[in-house]
Amino acid sequence: MSEKHHDDIGRILRNALPPMAPAELQRDLWPHLLRRLDERTGSVPWFDWALIAVVALGALISPQMIPILLYHL
Amino acid sequence: MELLERFAAGDVEAFETLFRQYQGEVYGWIVRIVRNPAAAEDLTVETFWRVYRAHARFRPDGSFGAWARRIATNAAYDHLRRSRHELQLRDDYADSEHPDPAVRREAGQRIARAFGELPVRLRAAATLALIEEEPYERIAEGLGISVGGVKSRVWRAVRLLRKSLKGVSVEP
Repeated sequence: MSEKHHDDIGRILRNALPPMAPAELQRDLWPHLLRRLDERTGSVPWFDWALIAVVALGALISPQMIPILLYHL
Repeated sequence: MELLERFAAGDVEAFETLFRQYQGEVYGWIVRIVRNPAAAEDLTVETFWRVYRAHARFRPDGSFGAWARRIATNAAYDHLRRSRHELQLRDDYADSEHPDPAVRREAGQRIARAFGELPVRLRAAATLALIEEEPYERIAEGLGISVGGVKSRVWRAVRLLRKSLKGVSVEP
């Protein structure tokens, strides 16, 4: 498993697929990341929707639980 | 509190400082693996999004750069799985001694195809070791495996490539 043993195939690969280095980032990506963070922060997770659905269903089946729920909010 | 401790506690300003310090390094790591600058920019954002979500799991006594590179590696693997066979062949490819340019081009395309068909973990290790010629220690740190593990992946990648390239005019 010597590294020398790979020299020939390494040369062939480098000829077909040139190295990317030195690869410099051309712009600041912070605004993109901020947008991504805002998108995720603004969206409601699926389990919140599931909880709302369960509460709504419970209120439909037994309306007497509505005052109890309101008391606990 | 130190910067890394503040980050681990969820401080966004500390995260921004770390982002600005490390975005270039993380991008450079990803672009070497995926070989596509536009995809590497998106994956850098994806990596830092994952870094931010995982802040509570970060140990402030460790290296932020190495931790971020390991997360970046996983993001790069996901990308390679989604776009397995998209590899750009060098325009001036001329490794083969064959006189016909069409045959040379075909040989180059077979090499790129064979490389693109490698399992992603082998392909990433082979890209970093054989094309980018990164030191094995740095590859091991970024992939989150031992140096022996990197050598094993490169060896398996080379074995698969030799098998795929049998009969091509550039066969090693």
